[in-house]
Amino acid sequence: MMSLLSFGADGWGRLILSAALTTLLLSLAALLIGALVGSGIAAAKLSTQRWLRWLGEAYSTVFRGIPELLVIYLFYFGGSGLITLIGQMFGADGFIEAPPFLIGALAIGLISGSYQGEVYRAARLALAKGEIEAAVAIGMPRWRIAQRILLPQVVRYALPGMSNVWQMSLKDSALVSVTGIVELMRASQIAAGSTRDYFTFYLVGGACYLVLTLLSNHAFRRAELRLGRAWQSRTAAQH
Amino acid sequence: MIDFAFLSDTFLKLSAALPVTLGLFISAFLCGGVLALGILTLRMSRWRVLSGFARGYILVFRGSPLLIQLFLIYYGLGQFGVIRHSFVWPFLREPFTCAVLALSLCTAAYTAEILRGALLAVPPGQVEAGLACGMSRGLLLRRIIAPIMLRYALPAYSTEAILLVKSTALASLVTVWDVTGVAQQIIQRTYRTMEVFLCAAAIYLILNFIIVQLYALLERRLTPVHRVEKKPLPAVKPIAGE
Repeated sequence: MMSLLSFGADGWGRLILSAALTTLLLSLAALLIGALVGSGIAAAKLSTQRWLRWLGEAYSTVFRGIPELLVIYLFYFGGSGLITLIGQMFGADGFIEAPPFLIGALAIGLISGSYQGEVYRAARLALAKGEIEAAVAIGMPRWRIAQRILLPQVVRYALPGMSNVWQMSLKDSALVSVTGIVELMRASQIAAGSTRDYFTFYLVGGACYLVLTLLSNHAFRRAELRLGRAWQSRTAAQH
Repeated sequence: MIDFAFLSDTFLKLSAALPVTLGLFISAFLCGGVLALGILTLRMSRWRVLSGFARGYILVFRGSPLLIQLFLIYYGLGQFGVIRHSFVWPFLREPFTCAVLALSLCTAAYTAEILRGALLAVPPGQVEAGLACGMSRGLLLRRIIAPIMLRYALPAYSTEAILLVKSTALASLVTVWDVTGVAQQIIQRTYRTMEVFLCAAAIYLILNFIIVQLYALLERRLTPVHRVEKKPLPAVKPIAGE
């Protein structure tokens, strides 16, 4: 316990704090990748083209049906294999490891994207149909409709679902520890293994995740309130 | 290019590990369900202490990764002499029971919240009507509250079941030889990572597909509206005299 409290070079506190930052960055990167993929998936699922709808459906079925751990393994070994292959073409020999941060963010981001797709789709469906019809009727160009009507409301409707998905990625990022990247889970493992005090360090690691979850919960609620107020006052002003 | 002989051989070997994965899933599903009912009762309790405990439980188990909970139980508890010398040690020594314990504790937290949502959605008028008829609490629970609750909870509960199936893969990290664990064993011998993991992924996909279908079946059975036979409407006789 003392070694945890001392923040010196040999203290574990510093390791765990910097690892918590890595966890946060990893989940943030995954959230962004997931937002990009997710909006694509939502658009595909709402498309009038049957094959696009099918593609979106297939994507979410696959990424939501496979254990996260397996997705990370597949990306890690597949990515490493690909990079090794490219390396061999340029004359390098031997196995080249894929960058764990990139692979982890990509794997969790693509999983998160399959869930975010549903969130955005629901938000889009919650939109009042008349508003878009009215905008079309007054001759608004499509991008203007997206910018002024779709986006502000979809973001507002999607926020509670996003908070869920974000917490999921935050916890899924613990699984990226199997690729050797020193994030919160791996740091706890390292500290627990070298001090043989498994209980304390896993408890501390778990508590760190809990703090991250609580803080982000709070942030999302604030954002919801803020956007909600802006949204309400705007509609109120129109009446 | 594709080695079908190896793929089918791997598929068979991984399928042989399916009972372990299913065992993890079913025992965690049942234990988690029972535990969730207990937590739900505490959560709905009028006493602050009890509902506060349930809130804390749900917060902790939903707020931290399952992997860390699993490691805490498997590696952490063993370092205490009190536990090593007590009657629970034969269970906590085994990775399988530790995995089931971690999975059930975690899934119970989620399930309790799902059930709470369903409980709150039960129309109060129906409960009042039952009370007005003079139903006892047990009868009210059995005939009115539980069926409605089950019906409301089902869609979210199916998602939870799928998440649980996927979570069983984590047990491989504490040396349980489930599908993922056996996949890793095969990889250590053959060094053919992608093929083996893709086979494992296919097995999980099939398993989850079956579970989704089972839930859809149950949902249809429990929704009387969908069960009504669609008979053609009887032809209306023209009224005589008009």
